[in-house]
Amino acid sequence: MDADKNFLVGVFDDEDVLLNGVTTIRKSGVKIHEVYSPYPVHGLDEVLGYRRSRLPIAAFMFGITGTSLALFTQVWMLGYDWPMIIGGKNFASLPPFVPVIFEFTVLLAALGMVGTFLIASDLKPYKWPRQFDIRSTEDKHIMAIDLALNKGKSKAELASILKTAGASEVNEKNF
Amino acid sequence: MQVSSSVRDPLVTGGKTIADVSHDISRQVEGKPSRLWWMSFAVSLGFLGFGFYCICYLLWNGVGVWGLNKTVGWAWDITNFVWWVGIGHAGTLISAILLLFRQRWRMSINRAAEAMTIFAVICAATFPLMHMGRLWLGFYWTLPLPNTFGSLWPNFNSPLLWDVFAISTYFTVSLVFWYIGLIPDFAVIRDRAVVQGHKLRANIYNALSFGWQGGAKTWMRYESVALILAGLSTPLVLSVHTIVSMDFATSVIPGWHTTIFPPYFVAGAIFSGFAMVLTLLLVTRVVFKLEDYITIYHIELMNIIIIVTGSIVGIAYITELFISWYSGVEYEGYAFYNRVQGPYAWAYWSMMTCNVISPQLFWVKKIRTSIAATFVLSIVVNIGMWFERFVIIVTSLHRDYIPSSWTMFHPTMYDIGEYLFTFGFFFAAFLLFAKYFPVINMAEVKSIIKVGSEKTKPESH
Repeated sequence: MDADKNFLVGVFDDEDVLLNGVTTIRKSGVKIHEVYSPYPVHGLDEVLGYRRSRLPIAAFMFGITGTSLALFTQVWMLGYDWPMIIGGKNFASLPPFVPVIFEFTVLLAALGMVGTFLIASDLKPYKWPRQFDIRSTEDKHIMAIDLALNKGKSKAELASILKTAGASEVNEKNF
Repeated sequence: MQVSSSVRDPLVTGGKTIADVSHDISRQVEGKPSRLWWMSFAVSLGFLGFGFYCICYLLWNGVGVWGLNKTVGWAWDITNFVWWVGIGHAGTLISAILLLFRQRWRMSINRAAEAMTIFAVICAATFPLMHMGRLWLGFYWTLPLPNTFGSLWPNFNSPLLWDVFAISTYFTVSLVFWYIGLIPDFAVIRDRAVVQGHKLRANIYNALSFGWQGGAKTWMRYESVALILAGLSTPLVLSVHTIVSMDFATSVIPGWHTTIFPPYFVAGAIFSGFAMVLTLLLVTRVVFKLEDYITIYHIELMNIIIIVTGSIVGIAYITELFISWYSGVEYEGYAFYNRVQGPYAWAYWSMMTCNVISPQLFWVKKIRTSIAATFVLSIVVNIGMWFERFVIIVTSLHRDYIPSSWTMFHPTMYDIGEYLFTFGFFFAAFLLFAKYFPVINMAEVKSIIKVGSEKTKPESH
């Protein structure tokens, strides 16, 4: 599938230089494949033009499912299927059902959202990632430029754009 | 070089760079366990083994091997359950609530605190399971599963069942929150192992890190997940211990049937939890040489939280005492009169000294910035909180409405044994965590170190 992928990799030392650099690089028409950082850099997803994550919406959907399931289950079990006189109280009343409804909502929202996150980000225990530079988890910010998406510019041009934008190193990486 | 604000204390001292963070924390995972680690692990396993024998004896012979009787139906079992659950709450508070309040000082302590939560909740869960007696039947009878008893459903009106849902949800969500935070750090260890040439370690930590790479898109999703999990965990902390307090508050016994329990228990949980976090971290930071990450400033802030929650607990005690007289209800009045000067008065006064007086010492700056004083007081607080639960449960049960049922409770070796089992498990698990997992959240700490590059001029001060 990824038979012969060629990338140019820019190494940035400082997150502020990186942020300014991304803006400069994008302005000159270069398409950035991805930027790999050892920690989340505030503002990076904005300057890269990424759309906001929809995981909160997913979490909400899972949560609503949890609420409905818990409410329906309790009302059906204690209200219809086998009602029992407990302390002379109503068979199915809302206040005592609230703790279980709340906990189940939280459980499904959390598990559902995290599962969705792992799937959406393609995180699997049996996968080795495609590493552009081993220092991306240590202390460097690594910018990967896919040469196939930037056919209009030569390698040397791209390298000089990266260097002017503040990259301390520019390397080639092929897979 | 580090650029830090001139008005705030630096959260990471010692002029650390981002690479230093990886190095200082990963080297503990990469090195062999030290002699001290092995000795502590052996001692923990000793407690675990003895306790395991006591548990097996209990399961074979029944709950009668404990000191319980018809009057005092709950004693050490539920005391220990509530104690451990309470301790667990500090971890979630540090990870979740302090994240929502944007308190960056939480970053170097949240991983160890969450690990403590998970192990504490496991320890807590052993008690309701064991006190069922026929554990092999009971543990799934609480779940709403179709069965052959006409499909007999659990009683959703009972706080004991709310506990089942609350504790299992709390455990699962805490575990997931903790693990998601660990993923980027496992990737750090994986990459260091690749560089160092350790294939096995690289493969293991790659599997643990789910192939994490650290792309901006993934980090964006990761932060979104962390924020939502924090938002979910916050009401979870408050609700779980409220539900645990309802085990008592929804009953009819004087000393139990009181509306003050939910906020009182939650404040007490945070109080004892922070004390346990301090006990663990004061040792860890010295042994692992992490004094630049878990600084005196962090310890002072945790002590301030202990003053706040300790004061709430103190006010709750005094309120309870006052209302028991002011209400004019003779049973309520006697319940507290009995606590103050009855046969368990020694337990009550230990509780009052440890919980009301000792946290107030932290008003003195010298004491709250002293490591030795903090360590001693953190243990005192935990002892006091154990006595609080013991006093609530046993003194209210042993003398309630009918004097002819009044009796005393005496623990047996098996009550104490199961408690030691949980200590053994907790410390063994924490030692394993400290050895094989990075104890501090490296990615978060890196994000708060502002490294000035040659392009930005550092401020001189």
